[in-house]
Parts: sequence; C-alpha cells; structure tokens
Amino acid sequence: MTRQPSVSRRRLLRTTAAGAALGLAAPFGPRQARAAGTTIGFIYVGAKDDYGYNQAHAKGAAALKGMKGITVIEEEKVPETVDVQKTMESMINLDGATLLFPTSFGYFDPHMLAMAKKFPRIQFRHCGGLWTADKHPPNTGSYFGYIGQGQYLNGIAAGHATKSRKIGFVAAKPIPQVLLNINSFLLGARAVDPAITCQVIFTGEWSLAVKEAEAVNALIDQGVDVVTCHVDSPKVVVETSARRGAFVCGYHADQAALAPAKYLTGAEWNWANVYKMYVEKLLAGQTLPNFTRGGLADGFIKMSPLGPAVSDAARKQFEATLADMMKGSFAVVKGPLKNNKGDVVVSSGQAFVETAIELESMNYLVEGVIGSTS
Amino acid sequence: MDAGDIGWWGVPIAIVGGAIRVSTPFLFVSLGETITERSGRINLGLEGTLVFGAMTAYAVTVVTLSPWLGVLAAMAAGTLFGLFHGWICKFPRVNDIAIGIALMLLGTGLAFFFGKPFIQPSAPDLPAISLGWWSDIPQVRAALQINVLFLIGAALALFLWWAFRTTRIGLVLRVVGDSSDAARAMGLNPDTVRLLATAAGGALAAIGGAYLTLYYPGSWNEGVSSGQGLMAVALVIFARWNPLGCFAAALLFGGAGALGPALQSVGVTQGYYLFYAAPYVLTLVVMILTSSPGRALAGAPGELTVAK
Repeated sequence: MTRQPSVSRRRLLRTTAAGAALGLAAPFGPRQARAAGTTIGFIYVGAKDDYGYNQAHAKGAAALKGMKGITVIEEEKVPETVDVQKTMESMINLDGATLLFPTSFGYFDPHMLAMAKKFPRIQFRHCGGLWTADKHPPNTGSYFGYIGQGQYLNGIAAGHATKSRKIGFVAAKPIPQVLLNINSFLLGARAVDPAITCQVIFTGEWSLAVKEAEAVNALIDQGVDVVTCHVDSPKVVVETSARRGAFVCGYHADQAALAPAKYLTGAEWNWANVYKMYVEKLLAGQTLPNFTRGGLADGFIKMSPLGPAVSDAARKQFEATLADMMKGSFAVVKGPLKNNKGDVVVSSGQAFVETAIELESMNYLVEGVIGSTS
Repeated sequence: MDAGDIGWWGVPIAIVGGAIRVSTPFLFVSLGETITERSGRINLGLEGTLVFGAMTAYAVTVVTLSPWLGVLAAMAAGTLFGLFHGWICKFPRVNDIAIGIALMLLGTGLAFFFGKPFIQPSAPDLPAISLGWWSDIPQVRAALQINVLFLIGAALALFLWWAFRTTRIGLVLRVVGDSSDAARAMGLNPDTVRLLATAAGGALAAIGGAYLTLYYPGSWNEGVSSGQGLMAVALVIFARWNPLGCFAAALLFGGAGALGPALQSVGVTQGYYLFYAAPYVLTLVVMILTSSPGRALAGAPGELTVAK
C-alpha cells in the first residue's frame, strides 16, 4: 500500500489560496480560520432527498442545525471507495469537523477505520457497523436501530393483507441487517398465518431503479401480493407495486404519499434522537459512547401511520405487538427456528431479544423465506 | 389479484415482458447513435443526453402535468446537446470520442444539478396500450402492457432501415459516413450533415431518457440510468449499424436483464450475480465470435474514427 499524502488536495488548494489572498504564508492553516463552535460532518452515499435511507439521515442532521454552536456540513453521493476517505479528510482538514457520521454501510471497513487511525483526536461514528472494543480504534463507534422490529410489524400488516399467502421482499445485498429484516418480515407475517412464505429477490446494489422495478414485477408475476424492500430508495418499489395492484410496506422513511391506497405501514428511522444525543454529550464535554443501539422503545425507529387498507383485526394485532415491543425485550427471533435449508439455527427455548448481539451477524434466511444468501 | 401459480412459466413471461419494458431506452439511444455513426461520427455523450433528457422530461411533466410536453422538452434538450457536439467536432483535429466523454459528464452533472428539486414530486406517466386482452392470465396481461414509445421506437427502427437504403437523405448520410472526399465531390458539406445527424441522435437518446422517468421505472432519481446510455452505444456496434439489428439487440438486452429477478422469483436463487452479468457475457461472446483481426467490422462506416 502506498502512503497517503498527509495534505489533501483540497487543503493544499485552500491554504495556498488563503495565503495568497491574505499575503500570509502557510502557517495560518484552516484551523485558525475556522469559526468558534463545533462542526459535525455527515456523509451520504446517495441523494439526501431520496425518499429513503439517506433522507432519513439528512432529516436527523437537519434537526441539529438549530442547535447553538453547531455547524453541520454534509456531502451526498459519496461512493463507498477511497473517495469517502478524501471526503472525510477534507471535512477534518478543511472544515474543521471534529465529529463525523459516515452513514453508509460500506464506509466502515476499511475507509473509516483508516481515517480514524490517521486522525486519532477526531471522533467517528458509523451507522450500522459492528464495532468491537478489541478490534477497532477507541475514537470510532457505531450506532444503529433495531429496525427488524419494524419489519416484524410490517410483516403483521402484510400477513393480514395477503390473500395468496405469498409476500415479497426486494433486497439489495445479503448482509446481516438485510437478512434480519427479511426474516423479521416473514416471522411477523407467520405470527398471523404460519403458512405464509416470503420470496426474496436480491438486486445486488443499493440503488438500481430498473432492476428494482423488474424484481417487483417478477414477484407479482409469481402471485406475491404484498411487497416490502430494503434498498436505499424505496420509491421505485413502492410505486411499481402499487401500479401492479399489490400492497406495499415502506422502509427507511414514510412513503405513504407515493401510494396512499396501497401503503399498509412502514418501518422508519428516527435519527434526530440519536444525533441529538451525541451532540448534547459532545457539548457537555462527555465521552461519546462507542456502541449505541435502540429500538422502538428508545425512539430510534418508528412506524408509519397505518394505511386505509389495514383491517381491524390487523390493526388490533399490530397495536398489541407494538405495545409489547415498547416494553422492551421483545424477541422476534426465537427457537425453535430452522433456516431455509432445514438446519436448526435457533434451538428450542433460546430467544434473541432485539439487543442480542448475535442478530448483527445473521447469515441465514429462516424457513419460509425463498431465496439464498449467495 | 387472483394470480394463479404459474411457476416456471413466469420465466419466459418475465423475459418477454422485461424485453418490452426495459428495451425502449436501449432502442432509442442505439437508433440515435446509428444515425450519428452512419454519418461518420461517434457521440459517446449519449449517456449524458439520456440522463439530461430523463430529468428534463420529468421536470417539465411535474410542472405542466403533460407527459408528452415532457417528451418534447427532452427532445429539444437532446437536440441542443447533439448540436453542441456536432459544432465542436467540425473544428480541425478535434477528437469526437473525447468530446463525447466530456459531454457525457456535462450532461449527467447538469441533470443532477437541475434535477435536485424533482426527486421527490410524482409526475403523471406516459400512456400504455393493453395488448393482453386475449389472455385470462394476469401475468400475461401485465407483460403486454405496451408503452406507446416502444411502438414508436419499433416503427422508427423499421423506417430508418428503409430510409437508409432507399431515400435520398439516407444515401447522403451514408456517403458522408463512408467517404468525406466523395461527399465533397458530390457537393455535400460533410460537417453540416454530421451536425444534423448528431442533433437527431441526441433528440432520440433524450426520448429514451424520457421513457425511463415517465414510464419505467417511472420516477427521476440520480441512479435512474445506471449506464444504459453507454451500453446502448456499444449495442450499435453489436447491431452492425443496422436499425433492425438495434431493435433485436435492445430486446435481447432487455430480456436478459429480466432473467436475474425472474429466476430468483421461481426459486433459482444461487449465483444471481452471474445471471445479472448475462447480458454482458452475451455481448462479449458475440463480439468475439464475429470479429476478425484481418478486416474492419462488416457494415462499419468508413469515416468512423474507430474503423479507420
């Protein structure tokens, strides 16, 4: 590996420009030029108004903008490549950011970890990464929400709405969080009717509009009548499903406006709470937690309001389960449970509540899910 | 929704349906590029034109609520891009491929910039014609929801094939594309012909973009094209500069693209990344089988920079 230059291109340009303008030499770097206060950087993999993952984070970031002494800087459409390292570096050197939130899954390893080693005094918090104290630098950390709970509730709504007993899931990549969502969606539906199966289609990328539309069409051609997804921007999935007459459960953000009649409910992020918590700790001079997790009860996630197509029976079960989850320690994944190859993955009597760390390394699809992780 | 269990029949239906749904942008871009390349120039910037056309069509439709106005606006924007390319390329020692790449980046960049406010709103769709009325199977009916633009594209392919062979304009285009000297001897100005041919190519490519945002998948976002414009330019070589070949190649690419999701939906779930690579593997195989080190590609216009 070649050594990275210690001064980024943008920093060099800026320092030379500033130096030329003021007639001063290089010692007056960006740190002196920065205004008082704390600067926080957010990095998104897509557009921040994508009706999905990035929009949810951008809403959380927007909630910080009114806070005193806080400057929020954002960059969108940053690929999960060495590009994100350059972005982080320029946010630190150029804008003086002291806390960075690289929000996309692929930013964690190796990009954020490399930057964290290079800038040990800057704090990095990643969305979704599996941070462990003995493996990762102390100035890094991760936060995530138990959105599998939301997909379980989606599943309950879907289980009541389906007539064909086939529900469908358009997924991007077979990583643990996606697999947990797929499994939770099916398990929620099976809490209504144990004969329901869930067909999953992986598109291979976080955002591929045409392939997502094709996936929805293929699912509905096979008799699927309720669809949900885990892709960065669910807009295409929601619109295509509704156009084909299928019900749809949302993800990431509220998509009810896109399909008012067919939208059952949706699992949404509520990042404003999480980001505010970090910033309040930062302003109070406390150390930031390295590992942050929360679910419905903690206000990390929330459900979209139930749509007009949700029946009374569905509403009752949905609300009862939601109330159970609000009490905490609700186990979506509990034994006896087999994977879809017939092997026992959770033995009888074993239950993983939402906080169980085992869920974050899930590598199987449960019985009833038609699909494969590779 | 009372869909019967059609099982494996879903795969051919999905391939046919996918071919019809997904092929239209490929078709328009490759037809446009055929016109341009037949005049002896390559416009690699059509990916940019496609994305800009997609954005323009969506934006105009959101504002005016008329998808056909959106298509017209996209055509106007595409024409401008084509004219720009043709105008720069008429200067001596300007490389048309390099200009094309520059215009591709310019087009996508401008589209992302102006398209920001239009990611959220919804726009009305272009109309589709149901040709599946004879079937009771909902899947067949859904697959045979055929968009008007697809039919226009198919008719255009036929028309261009006829026009290249038998009309005066087609002859002029081919002469300019095969030999600038011969064209000048006939009193033709190659630069003007190429300017117009590139403009026409741009307008067609922009229609392909309009199809993406106004019908399938039917909304504007920055990843809506994912390289389809570039693939369509490659399709022209695959189709040997023949409009009917473009039509076949576009259908093939559309159908191959539907293979991955369709196979997963019937339970063939292993190795989906391989199925997704199918269209590209297919292209490589055909290119290797039909190429020869000894001669230029059959059907290639003589003035094309890559054929010289």
